Amino acid sequence: MQPSPNGKPRWRASVTRRTSLPDWPGLLAGLFLCALILGPLAAVTLRAGGGGWPVAADWAALRFTVLQAVLSAVISVALAVPVARALARRRFPGRGVLITLLGAPFILPVIVAVLGLLAVFGRGGVLNDALLWLGLPRVQIYGLHGVVLAHVFFNLPLATRMILQGWQAIPAERFRLAASLGMSPGTVLRILEWPMLRTVLPGAALIVFALCLSSFAVALTLGGGPRATTLELAIYQAFHFDFDLGRAAVLAVMQLVLVIAAAALALRVNPATGFGAGLDRIQRRWEAETPLLRTQDAVLILLAALFLLTPLAAVVWHGAAGLMEMPAQVWNAAAVSLAVSLVATVLCLSLAMALATLALRRPWVEGFGLMGIAISPLVIGTGLFLIVNPWVDPARLALGVTALVNAVMALPFALRMILLRLREIEETHGRLATSLGMTGGVRLRWLILPRLRPVLGFSAGLTAALSMGDLGVIALFADMENATLPLQILRLMGAYRMDAAAGAGLLLLALSLALFWVFDKGGRDNASV
Amino acid sequence: MRNLLLATGLIATATMAAAQDRPVLTVYTYDSFVSDWGPGPAVEEAFEAQCACDLQFVGAGDGAALLSRLRLEGARTDADIVLGLDTNLTAAARETGLFAPHGVDADFDMPIAWTDDTFLPFDWGYFAFVADADLQAPGDFRALGDSDTTIVIQDPRSSTPGLGLVMWVKAAYGDEAGAVWEGLADNIVTVTPGWSEAYGLFLEGEADMVLSYTTSPAYHLIAEDDATKTAVQMAEGHYMQVEVAAKLAGTDQSDLADQFLSFMLTDAFQSVIPTTNWMYPAKTPEAGLPEGFETLITPGKALLLNPEEARAMRDAAIAEWQAALAR
Repeated sequence: MQPSPNGKPRWRASVTRRTSLPDWPGLLAGLFLCALILGPLAAVTLRAGGGGWPVAADWAALRFTVLQAVLSAVISVALAVPVARALARRRFPGRGVLITLLGAPFILPVIVAVLGLLAVFGRGGVLNDALLWLGLPRVQIYGLHGVVLAHVFFNLPLATRMILQGWQAIPAERFRLAASLGMSPGTVLRILEWPMLRTVLPGAALIVFALCLSSFAVALTLGGGPRATTLELAIYQAFHFDFDLGRAAVLAVMQLVLVIAAAALALRVNPATGFGAGLDRIQRRWEAETPLLRTQDAVLILLAALFLLTPLAAVVWHGAAGLMEMPAQVWNAAAVSLAVSLVATVLCLSLAMALATLALRRPWVEGFGLMGIAISPLVIGTGLFLIVNPWVDPARLALGVTALVNAVMALPFALRMILLRLREIEETHGRLATSLGMTGGVRLRWLILPRLRPVLGFSAGLTAALSMGDLGVIALFADMENATLPLQILRLMGAYRMDAAAGAGLLLLALSLALFWVFDKGGRDNASV
Repeated sequence: MRNLLLATGLIATATMAAAQDRPVLTVYTYDSFVSDWGPGPAVEEAFEAQCACDLQFVGAGDGAALLSRLRLEGARTDADIVLGLDTNLTAAARETGLFAPHGVDADFDMPIAWTDDTFLPFDWGYFAFVADADLQAPGDFRALGDSDTTIVIQDPRSSTPGLGLVMWVKAAYGDEAGAVWEGLADNIVTVTPGWSEAYGLFLEGEADMVLSYTTSPAYHLIAEDDATKTAVQMAEGHYMQVEVAAKLAGTDQSDLADQFLSFMLTDAFQSVIPTTNWMYPAKTPEAGLPEGFETLITPGKALLLNPEEARAMRDAAIAEWQAALAR
């Protein structure tokens, strides 16, 4: 191990020598992403003949965007830590189903999720009914706190999953050792859990931050008025109301710079925990087996479930009534969305695997993965349109482009999960594998893939579910015959058919969860380790 | 991915081959016009029955996105007709120089005179606040501002009705518009990016009233047999939205495009509008309006800024709106 300037072991450098997977897939994937994101940005800028300088209102939008994204990221992650800890420490019947269900808010189309939230927290929601009944004043959801509440609702499950994985990566032997040394829960936190959290939290917060940066409909609808203007809305306005492409491009660059700066901060943290190897045993937490801590964890899990599942119950309740009114076109749209989602999943996992291998040696590569959510979908869409339109009818590429955009949007999560586990595998088994001369395909097949399988399954499930629900719809690439399910929901709403739209929303939720469950379970069942 | 693209390509080629013997008329429009629940399918069938052509709709978001797409494509566009701009967009659209005069001489059944030689109306409506019928609603904007009545509106920077409301207040109050908005600020529950979100929020009971159209109650009455929704009459008069179509100057199907514009004002097209687009037809069909439309309110005064005025005032009016609501 080489000494680093501050005397601590330099894990990254040592990983470099141990890993014998090729660089070129990662380099190719990185180039592809750059081309996909910077190409359209350049196309928009060229068409505009240069950038336009942001106006005063854009700086206000920048401030609000950063403020709500930072708050959302910090609160999501802060709340996710105790929830993930409770889930990591406890085994109970239905735990797997609960974890799957907790992921649901994230995959709903924004408007469906917002209506679900309002059924609980809105003016006429359950919460206010209860307060009224108790003789208490009503709470108002609209404002900065409403925006943050919605973003936490969307991102708490995601942060919980990312942090939960960190817990599971601590070898079970360390907890056993801690127990045999008679360590208290506090000491376990300090010695084992905190070092893990320090490496996991910045990455998780970074992803939530990047996601919330491009929020548009949620921020405006729950923000209560023009004070809640985000950069994404300013970009929309620049494109469609002012047709000021230069300004749109500059605003998109501002978003990109924000994410790159945040990534530079977050990814500076040393990614290694240094727990060493374990035997992949099931964790048991002797130190936490006290009645007090049991109760505490049960309450935490219950509260999280209540917060996340009540709005979902509202979505199901509304949707069930609308199922009967759903027109036949909705089923066609569901089939289209399934196809798009599967293609996006293959694409996303390929990119994530390639980038993760490269990121083992160069942690900043993970920043590439974030570019997809850092840049405005409107800018990508418009740029791609400018590039392809002279050659081919954009409508013909509609589904392909949707799948591609969805894959890129889901990439940061898949990359993060895969990278964390890959790093763990290389640190624990890499030296042995290298000494046995396992390189390239052999190493991938016998060492890495079997161990990575649960994470691959989970990432595939998340990507597939996200690609069902995410509105990677780019109006310029609209395909009249083959609308995706989220687009069909919007069309139903636009035609006053709110009940049918709610039914379609429920169908989307069910399909997304089913996809997630199949992949996630497939990954865990067949894992040979 | 490659297979999917290939399959999509093959399907597209097959469709093209089938239609090859007929000339294609390409109409760019907003997405909800061409959705299965909009006027698109019925219009397509009726026109193809008489034109020996293939009418193809291309949907591009909303009216504003439609114009953006045309500007992106410029003179190279495949569009022969654009259908779905409104008077807030026509000044900018005219400036692009992409459009040709329509040459149609028609009488319209609209509360205002129409003389534009390029943009031809196909439907129109009045903006209005929609509420439950039993609401004691204030009768003008100042009274609304003084009341506790809550409203949900759309953002003028991203939505057509949102911009319509800003123009409505501007047309009714001129220099006092800012003060009226300050009065309204505490009545506004929230501002949504588009019409659907606002209407959904209203139906969920988040506000007493929502900005929509005087024709919205007709949907509930006719399609859902629900007479509990009503539009609120405002003493200032109601701002109008006139939706127009125009022919592209660079079309390679000039005759067919002219034929479509004439067809647009016949009963076959106009009779589809009321119960699919839920707007008033620009020219009332022979059979009159569908049953249920007679229950709708008729504003005492129709307000509409002409396109040049609308364009000149837009930015300042939005700034005024934004300043008043940001307090």
